[in-house]
Amino acid sequence: MPSASRGELLLETRGLTKVFGALRANDGVDLRIHAAEVHAVLGENGAGKSTLMKMLYGYYHPTSGEIFVGGKPVRLGSPRHGRAHGIGMVFQNFTLIPALEVWENIALFLDKRPLEREGLLERIREVSRAYRLDLDPRALVRELPFGTRQKVEIVKVLLTGARILIFDEPTSVLAPHEAEALFTIFDELRGRGYAVVFITHKLAEVLRCADRITVLRRGRVAKSLPAGEATKEGLASLLVGEAGATDPEAIPRRRAGTSLPSGLRPVLRFDRVSCTTDDGRPGLTGLDLAVHPGEVLGVAAVSGNGQEYLGDLVLGLRPVTEGRILLGGEPFDPSPVAALARGVACIPEDPLGMGAIPGLSVRENLILGAHRPYWNAGGFVPDRGRLEAAARTALTTAFVQAPPSLEALAEDLSGGNLHRVLIARELSRNPIALISYYLTRGLDLSNARAARELVLAHAARGMGLLFISEDLDELFTLCDRILVLHAGRSRGIFRPVETSPRDVGLLMTGADHARAA
Amino acid sequence: MASDFFQGWLAGGILASTPIFYAALGETVVEKAGLINLGVEGTMLVGASVGFAVSSTTGSVAVGLCAAALLGGVFNLLLGPLVVGRGANQLASGLALMFLGQGLSAYYGKAFVGTTVDGLGPLALPVLSRVPWLGPILFRQDLLVYLTVPSAIFVWYLLGRTSWGLHLRAVGEDRMVAYAAGSNTGLLRYQALALGGVLAGIGGAHLSLAIAHTWTEGITAGRGFIAVALVIFAAWSPLRVLLGALIFGGTLALQIQLQARGAEVSPFLLDMLPYLVTLAVLVQLRKASRGRMPEGLKEVFESSA
Amino acid sequence: MLALRNRSALALDAGLLAGALLLFSLLLLTSGKNPLDTYGSLLRSTLGSAYGLSEVVVKLIPLLFTALAVALPARLGLVNVGGEGQLHLGALFAASAALSLGPGTPGWLGLPAGALAGMLGGAAWAFAPALLRSLGWLNETISTLLLNYVALRVVDFFVYGALRDPGSANVPQTKAFGPGFLWPAFTGRVHVGIALGLLALALAAVLLFLTRWGYEIRAIGGNPVAAHRHGLPLAATTIAVLCAGGALAGLAGTGEIMAIQGRLRPHFSADFGYLGFLISWLAGHRPLRILVMGFLVAVIATGGDSLQLDQGLPSATVNILMALLLFVVLAREGKRGV
Repeated sequence: MPSASRGELLLETRGLTKVFGALRANDGVDLRIHAAEVHAVLGENGAGKSTLMKMLYGYYHPTSGEIFVGGKPVRLGSPRHGRAHGIGMVFQNFTLIPALEVWENIALFLDKRPLEREGLLERIREVSRAYRLDLDPRALVRELPFGTRQKVEIVKVLLTGARILIFDEPTSVLAPHEAEALFTIFDELRGRGYAVVFITHKLAEVLRCADRITVLRRGRVAKSLPAGEATKEGLASLLVGEAGATDPEAIPRRRAGTSLPSGLRPVLRFDRVSCTTDDGRPGLTGLDLAVHPGEVLGVAAVSGNGQEYLGDLVLGLRPVTEGRILLGGEPFDPSPVAALARGVACIPEDPLGMGAIPGLSVRENLILGAHRPYWNAGGFVPDRGRLEAAARTALTTAFVQAPPSLEALAEDLSGGNLHRVLIARELSRNPIALISYYLTRGLDLSNARAARELVLAHAARGMGLLFISEDLDELFTLCDRILVLHAGRSRGIFRPVETSPRDVGLLMTGADHARAA
Repeated sequence: MASDFFQGWLAGGILASTPIFYAALGETVVEKAGLINLGVEGTMLVGASVGFAVSSTTGSVAVGLCAAALLGGVFNLLLGPLVVGRGANQLASGLALMFLGQGLSAYYGKAFVGTTVDGLGPLALPVLSRVPWLGPILFRQDLLVYLTVPSAIFVWYLLGRTSWGLHLRAVGEDRMVAYAAGSNTGLLRYQALALGGVLAGIGGAHLSLAIAHTWTEGITAGRGFIAVALVIFAAWSPLRVLLGALIFGGTLALQIQLQARGAEVSPFLLDMLPYLVTLAVLVQLRKASRGRMPEGLKEVFESSA
Repeated sequence: MLALRNRSALALDAGLLAGALLLFSLLLLTSGKNPLDTYGSLLRSTLGSAYGLSEVVVKLIPLLFTALAVALPARLGLVNVGGEGQLHLGALFAASAALSLGPGTPGWLGLPAGALAGMLGGAAWAFAPALLRSLGWLNETISTLLLNYVALRVVDFFVYGALRDPGSANVPQTKAFGPGFLWPAFTGRVHVGIALGLLALALAAVLLFLTRWGYEIRAIGGNPVAAHRHGLPLAATTIAVLCAGGALAGLAGTGEIMAIQGRLRPHFSADFGYLGFLISWLAGHRPLRILVMGFLVAVIATGGDSLQLDQGLPSATVNILMALLLFVVLAREGKRGV
């Protein structure tokens, strides 16, 4: 994409840093945004992109560093200040109110008293025509598809007088043709002298429309370069990083040459499974996967690409719209009770929100779902001894050192400890199939190692493990096979020896080439 | 004879619907801001007792109505620090407010129990009240009845056509977005509570000054709760609230008419009708309601389980 | 560190309570009443004599049940405001049973029959709201509230109609119940209901904290999403618990007519349902605290009755104090309250 002649320097940051407690979300970021330029900010999840943008918009205050708009240093105390300086942000989660009409949503941010309805309706129509956005200002936002809602956000931002438009992961909610339409709008905006900044982790998009690319990694600028100098492989390696991000000592290796007994029926199988999101858009499309007894099948996917539905589908919390799920070769009618009965366990994405009862003790949380055996006389008399023994055993097998007290309330535990309690719980039931999300998230090195060893030990005893992770090192070391998921579809299932983290990284981010297993 | 019946019924229905209408109109504003006030019953009682007491003492209905409106507004605001400031449970807080209203109105109204006052009388409109049949029904009502339709239109305009109303509705839908847009979410909700209280106070005052012409403890007999249900029933639309109130008032008046004519129907069954009809409609309209309910309210209702 | 938190929390509680009392006192002053006189009268009429104390206990009995009727569903996160209606239906069913079985019924049959009928009536009245909630069709707060008003009319309908005592011409009431149905008293007007109430509290505590159902209730109430994911039956539990609450409220109504009134009359309830709601919230829905708060509210409510005679104040005056107390508790709990 040839870059148009760059205009004046509109926005600059120098040494911008944001610290949240122990976490350095951004560290000394230098950024330069020019007029008539499409500038991509590329980074993986957790690289610090969102934090950076929120500082530019005035949502967050920088811990240190400076921001310059039009050459002058500014202090952005609130989103209103950001807007006043001509910085407009189109969020990933739209700041729209579905129950209101398009013009009302825009009027809200323009904050005009009195309302001047007719004038505003006309202005919206004008802008809509100028950019070929085809918006009906009287439409209810609730009834608009996501691509159109994004257009409303764009018009909103333009009408608030922004010269710099920042888009946070704009295509995450768009269908491919809608994304293409968006890029056309970017071209249009560039042509009119606006600066477009867009934050993404998708390489293909960056190469399609950016004039300049800044790659963020671990809160720092890895590199900033003109698009002409960028290559797919170069960007991918900047993004994903060289191997060694995780301490190799912390990851137990599978026994080399672990061969799985052949001919066994998979403990868990998805047969061309499709499902939809709450808004009716495709969630998963035609997914085939099979987890055999004793196998570790990894799922490599960037957050929000469909892996979030896997657990819900098996538990029956989301309906399968096409295809079917089989357990041990038998078709399976998913429901939480059935899943528990058949020995399928799940360690969810959000331990506190989805897996624990905040006000109950660790002991009580450890028996959730399989609690019936701990009461006698038809549920009247608690069998304390048995409960205590079971709880203790579950904890000690899962915790390396310092397990939390059984009396402690779940809501008082640290994130890491709570996570480990859930791991302990699910594994103590010796499931035949375990679906685990981000097993080692929030765990320190030694506990992460312990958790991995624990699941591997169960796998060695025949448990099938569907291991969902974003950590490629972990996936490559632990898994027998890796399924790559992107936009709800499988991009291939590979054995680690047949591929590399770099290739998998490319597939995860939607690049085009694929090498099938 | 039948014509007499209908005339009496319709005129009575319009009169009876007025207190509930004002209270429900006020509650509509409150709920559009994302709050629910189960204490409207208490606010109406405050309005009824204050309106009566002040009118009685000063001899001026106008002063009494103003006092009722003012104190109704202040009373409703008491909910603010609890639910806006502390984020306390809205349902329990509202019921606490109801108790307070019951107590305060009984306490300060004690001296006036049993007394009567001319209050607000019917105001026959010059030419219109002589229109055959409809005239006496529609145009021989009191001032507050005449003001119902303009009030509904006023609130409709306020919510739908002004900047204040837009920000208020935004707060009721999604406080985060409203805040991002620069709305003062706390202030707006307090203002909604104040306006809601003013209207509920007027509704209560109408009951004691224009319908009963006296004060007794607990004169509202649950009308405040009916008003809350009415708002849901009317899908938070000021104009539909008018319709809903008329239906309620109609049922109340029907009972009086039937009894006066010694009709066979049990007054208790008739009395149940408004509540049962409300329940039936709420269930029937559940999908549509959910569609129209301000998002902020959904949090209050869909607590858990 | 913990001790400090407890101490300052206690100080805050005491301060807020004092604030509520102060406000109430100011109120009394504004109309020329001496607050000390009022408090004195309140305490004397309730705790100052054996008779007063017994009246407090008599008032407490139905309140224990109606408070539990709110507390159990609250553990699930449900708001049951229908105690008033449920207790009326309980009374109605009990009265019907008593009148159908006839005045000659012996105690061993009459007492349990009445009680069971009462519980059935209350549970039945809670069933529709429970079902609607479990289906996700209508929030139980609205439905139970509206049904309160319907319940009053239902009782009126029968008392003025089918169940009316032809012998009492001008007074709408049923015939007196046979002696086999009446709840025996321990002393004066204090009847077995107090034992039943205390038993109910104890059973509720046992249920919640010892049994498997209590565990499930607390789990669902704590995090319905997590509970559902682990196979806990949300809908069935909702219905069971709301109906259980209704049954308890029904028992409150039964006690009142079987022990105190001796027959069913309209308006026999002095806001027991709503007071129970108040008590449960003041007590944080904890069974044993309900006893304490229940006693406090019973003292205030009973005191209120005699304020009328003593000080010439309407009995509803004490509603102000109770509301202030609830305000204080709610403000303190803030978002942490159920």
